[in-house]
Amino acid sequence: MQATRDFSHYVRHLGSGLSHIDLAVEGVNCAGCMSKIERGLSALPDVTLARVNLTDRRVALEWKEGTLDPARFIDRLAELGYKAYPFEPVRAEAVETEQASFLLRCLGVAAFAAMNIMMLSIPVWSGNVSDMIPEQRDFFHWLSALIALPAAAYSGQPFFRSAWQALRARRTNMDVPISIGIVLALAMSVMETIHHAEHAYFDAALMLLAFLLAGRYLDQSMRRKTRAVAGNLAALKAETATKFISADEISVVPIAAVRTGDIVLLRPGERSAVDGAVIEGQSKIDQSLITGETLPAKAGPGTPVYAGTLNLSGALRVRVSAASEGTLLAEISRLLDNAVQARSRYVQLADRASRLYAPVVHAAALLTMLGWAAIGATWHDAIVTAISVLIITCPCALGLAIPAVQTVVSGAMFRTGVLLNSGDAIERLAEVDRVVFDKTGTLTLPELDVTNAIDIPKDVFELAGRLALASHHPVAAAVARASGARTPLAGIEEVAGQGVRGFVNGLEIRLGRPSFCGADQIANEILCRDPEASVVAFRHGETRHVFAVRQRLRPDAAAAIATLLKTGIEVEILSGDREPAVRHAAEQLGIHEWRAGVTPADKIARIEELKRQGVKVLMVGDGMNDAPALAAAHVSMSPVSATHLSQATADLVFLGDRLAPVVAAIGFARKALRLMRQNLWLAAGYNLFAVPLAIAGLATPLVAAAAMSGSSLLVILNALRAHRGAREFC
Amino acid sequence: MEVLVFLVPLALTLGAIGLMGFLWSLKNGQYDDLEGAGWRAIADDEPVFEERAPSTGSGPR
Repeated sequence: MQATRDFSHYVRHLGSGLSHIDLAVEGVNCAGCMSKIERGLSALPDVTLARVNLTDRRVALEWKEGTLDPARFIDRLAELGYKAYPFEPVRAEAVETEQASFLLRCLGVAAFAAMNIMMLSIPVWSGNVSDMIPEQRDFFHWLSALIALPAAAYSGQPFFRSAWQALRARRTNMDVPISIGIVLALAMSVMETIHHAEHAYFDAALMLLAFLLAGRYLDQSMRRKTRAVAGNLAALKAETATKFISADEISVVPIAAVRTGDIVLLRPGERSAVDGAVIEGQSKIDQSLITGETLPAKAGPGTPVYAGTLNLSGALRVRVSAASEGTLLAEISRLLDNAVQARSRYVQLADRASRLYAPVVHAAALLTMLGWAAIGATWHDAIVTAISVLIITCPCALGLAIPAVQTVVSGAMFRTGVLLNSGDAIERLAEVDRVVFDKTGTLTLPELDVTNAIDIPKDVFELAGRLALASHHPVAAAVARASGARTPLAGIEEVAGQGVRGFVNGLEIRLGRPSFCGADQIANEILCRDPEASVVAFRHGETRHVFAVRQRLRPDAAAAIATLLKTGIEVEILSGDREPAVRHAAEQLGIHEWRAGVTPADKIARIEELKRQGVKVLMVGDGMNDAPALAAAHVSMSPVSATHLSQATADLVFLGDRLAPVVAAIGFARKALRLMRQNLWLAAGYNLFAVPLAIAGLATPLVAAAAMSGSSLLVILNALRAHRGAREFC
Repeated sequence: MEVLVFLVPLALTLGAIGLMGFLWSLKNGQYDDLEGAGWRAIADDEPVFEERAPSTGSGPR
């Protein structure tokens, strides 16, 4: 039964008789790959566009409608040596891209206006102390107003909108004082221009906008890049299902095209992508991603199957069910919703700073006005001075302080293999004082590994590995991987439920159950010593060997845990797996606190308990059963191999087989938090210096411009120090 | 000083042209892939496509 591949779900039809598809491609990271792929794909007939995006690691393809099957592109890329998968941008990503380009447009307009107004302002500043006649000054001011007002109206939109929304909800945020400052600065400048005054603050208002927009854009682009890469990873995990389109015809379709009531085929070695119930077939299934339990469970007609379940032995037909009430998924998503809501109360550093900032600044401006009026200045002079206080304190450096650090740190984390899902995760990660690990797939590698490799002669191992390539079974796959075999043997026959066999040089070779290979005795010896292991036997003529396969700890798990403990961070294991398995792992790693056999609700309960004790928890987990706990924890992290649900919930995602990124991320976050605090103090220090000048009425536009750009540059330079990372941790 | 009547509009026009150029390039997706663009500039043999203006509304965005 050969399955057809149906990717029509991903193809977009452009108006002009062209079709379009986006593919996520793995392993594209240099210019060579880029031109190789583009040339390779455009060599196909009827392809009109093949363009690689190196930032997002994606390929955009266009071809004449109806002439090519999109699966052809995937095959072509496989020939070129790249794994690709059709990609459908998630809605959130499309919205963010739209926002990013809007911010960039605003930034462009604000920067253009600021530069041109500056060009007009400099003659005014120098003319004021020499020979400029008032008519010329007025002309320059009017010209500035002509540029500034429409430019500010357009490029200020991100701030005005958010401020308006906050005010309508009777809250304040950073955008409220920003908007007030800008609007007042512009209004006062127009008034002053009408009254032929010496100073107008058009340049300050626009420069402020440009700096703040730069900060916003930095903040946004950081998150966008992470999301793009995370989206690719999700696509590359190939979430497809094999669906029956008629009684005996199957087709490989993307998950999004599977509906409730469809029947899907789950072959041995495949991970289920849907929830449902078995209607035909007998097999063993591995539910470790969902429950944390590592021993396989029996499955037959009526057995419920959840997304993430690995089918081990026989083919199953599964009827897809909606995630209705009472299913595991429904239970988990309910817990998840509660946990997410509980966490949204976290107040970011920037918001905390702004809560303090707005009342202080507005009070200072008010006091300035009253003070000047009290000592006999005209109301006009008093108001002008008060507004100049508002302008000069406007949070230029404050707006850049945090996004600049976040951007630099997220870049540094990116290089160590950590992706950030949200900007404030950095702050939360820095406060962590206890790390809670899930065991299966987190402390251990997601794939199985051969543990007795040293006991087995090299040539036997190699031959067994080549034979194992013929099997889908995960235990066989572990043997194949461990042996490093690449060339499968020809003429291999699969014996259902038993194993595979074939002939080499006239001798029969077999790989499979111990009974299939006549190696029950050796297998029993191994199982007595290590009851956690799974075994697979190999027979070559009369020689028999048994491979013990089990989950292995990540290679640097012990070192990573030791580093954490040394820096005073406590470590704990919360696992859904059985007690002996968890105890073994905990002993190996030197972790004293562990719990086994916990359910998703138990995990949340434990995390809540820790929270009540005032402990800031980092939860690291990968399974579906971890998702609610991930959301409940102060901050959370998942390996890339995690199920979709837990990856989406985690604040950070780490790549690779090692745990080192988890430790490095904490180090980076701590350093970043230090720099953010420093930056806030720098911004505060700038105000301490500039505000007295403004209160004294000395803040001319020239002083404001110099002070604002100076402080912003200082903050950015300080943020760049985050690049060097955290030495004490790496 | 009469020269201002000529110079100021000239300066603003030049600035506006620059802004237009920026907005145009943004709209055409020139900032979508800054990393790749850097490499493309030094690639020896860019694959040749005829009439290759990337049709608007497409491209990986």
